Amino acid sequence: MAPLFPAFSVVLPEFILAAGALVLVLIGAIRGERSNGLVSALAVALIAAAGIAVAFQGGERAEAFGGSFVVDNFARFMKMLALIGSAAALLLARDFFQRAKLDRFEYPILVVLATLGMMMMISANDLIALYLGLELQSLAIYVIAAFDRDNARSSEAGLKYFVLGALSSGMLLYGSSLVYGFTGTVAFPGIAAAVAGGHGGTGLIFGLVFIAAGLAFKISAVPFHMWTPDVYEGAPSPVTAFMASAPKAAAMALLVRVFVGAFPDIIGQWRQIIVFVAIASMVLGAFAAIGQRNIKRLMAYSSISHMGYALVGLAAGTANGVQGVLIYLALYLAMTLGTFACIIAMRRESGQVETIDDLAGLSNSQPVLAFLFAMLLFSLAGIPPLAGFFAKLYVFGAAIEAKLYGLAVIGVLASVVGAFYYLRIIKLMYFDEPKAGAYQPMAPEVRFVLGVSSVVVILFWLAPASIVAAASAAAKSLF
Amino acid sequence: MQSLLADYLPLVIFIGVSLVIGLALLISPFIVAYSRPDPEKLSAYECGFNAFDDARMKFDVRFYLVAILFIIFDLEVAFLFPWATVFGGLGWAGFWSMMLFLGVLTIGFIYEWRKGALEWD
Repeated sequence: MAPLFPAFSVVLPEFILAAGALVLVLIGAIRGERSNGLVSALAVALIAAAGIAVAFQGGERAEAFGGSFVVDNFARFMKMLALIGSAAALLLARDFFQRAKLDRFEYPILVVLATLGMMMMISANDLIALYLGLELQSLAIYVIAAFDRDNARSSEAGLKYFVLGALSSGMLLYGSSLVYGFTGTVAFPGIAAAVAGGHGGTGLIFGLVFIAAGLAFKISAVPFHMWTPDVYEGAPSPVTAFMASAPKAAAMALLVRVFVGAFPDIIGQWRQIIVFVAIASMVLGAFAAIGQRNIKRLMAYSSISHMGYALVGLAAGTANGVQGVLIYLALYLAMTLGTFACIIAMRRESGQVETIDDLAGLSNSQPVLAFLFAMLLFSLAGIPPLAGFFAKLYVFGAAIEAKLYGLAVIGVLASVVGAFYYLRIIKLMYFDEPKAGAYQPMAPEVRFVLGVSSVVVILFWLAPASIVAAASAAAKSLF
Repeated sequence: MQSLLADYLPLVIFIGVSLVIGLALLISPFIVAYSRPDPEKLSAYECGFNAFDDARMKFDVRFYLVAILFIIFDLEVAFLFPWATVFGGLGWAGFWSMMLFLGVLTIGFIYEWRKGALEWD
């Protein structure tokens, strides 16, 4: 049993974010609206500092708070993803919110608090720490989803996300209470030991199903996906970029840690759930996106199907499968942030535009943007040699190794269907006549995010070793 | 498992009895009661005079704000009571944990004060 008060280095990244967020609240409260730029810059600096602290934590497993908080290679890998996603969300937001007259110092603070919640989720090693992290993250995101509060669609997005998020938290808690009741402990290693000892039975499976349902809400996997299109469409674009990147990675990390860490001995039971959710997400995401005219709704369905692909790796339940999930999430983060940088760049004199038809003829007016957008979409479709292809290769490879042939075949077929709607956007950009003038120039921060993520997506095949090796070490720390 | 469920039998009986009584009282007026409505009987009763306006009126969102702020600080005090009763046995760790909690709440208080949430106009 680890001591109650931790060695400081174990929680240093979380401490930086927590203390920093409080200081930012004070700066914002005392200096008022003048401090927007300062708070935003400091929030990025805080996230960068937390990232450095995570990078310098040793590779060995360390526990804190009586074992309910654990830092291992898996946690460090996922924390880096969450921090990168949050920093990018802050960078994308600055110019967008200034133009929309929504520039408030609360946004960076809420993003920092959500990031803190994600770090807690990723490091959670018992059901209570899991819930605390999840709620801290969710509460902050409910607020920023409704950040454009005078806009009916944004308020609707926030309210919908709140109501359904509260429902999913309730299911998660109910499942947790059942698991606690049938195993007698909330700690993941303790639950794993109780399950291995044959305790539980049907009641435990019930708890497992409810926990899976609660977490499936958070990663927007079918059949708990219905909030995603409305919330993605209604929320301001930088917030959508944030919700599609970092929290997805954190919730997926939680799913992996709960299933692999606490229920390794009943893999036969939870694999059925994961296989069903993965197939349903891949297929629904592929077919439902075809009819969408709004690019943010389309990205919502795209993210549903991508969560399905990532779950294929978890369904394998092996170290290779988890490695596939981690690589998938890392590359999906780059793809989705790049795509949303392009979406945020879709701005004319009259304001932001969001329909797919507004992309017509982009290659004439802005060839560089059109090229990068096309590469990102090719990558999302999974066309070699772009990053998205390798991401799918690793998860499907793991599924084949685990003899889940049907799952892998359906996944490949779904990605063929999905390629249609990505290719249609590329066709619009390259072969259709433009309807209106060129977009206004991008803000430097948006350009930076787009540049970095495009480099990762386009050049991943040159040096895959760094991400693959880190993901492999991270996956091994769970087994 | 059987004996565990048998322990709940009184509860099942209780729920059954309360359902029967509740439904009987709810349904019997429709069957047996004598009913002859007129406009005077059906109008809203407001202490003898006519109703001024609809009961569904808008009211200020600041009531909610004040209520939420009250709940936050009410809970703070609610946490302080059990802490105070066992304070002697908690030692410095318990003391500083509560001070940290109060510190965070104080920062929240400064924020709401500066944002003008405590002013009515």
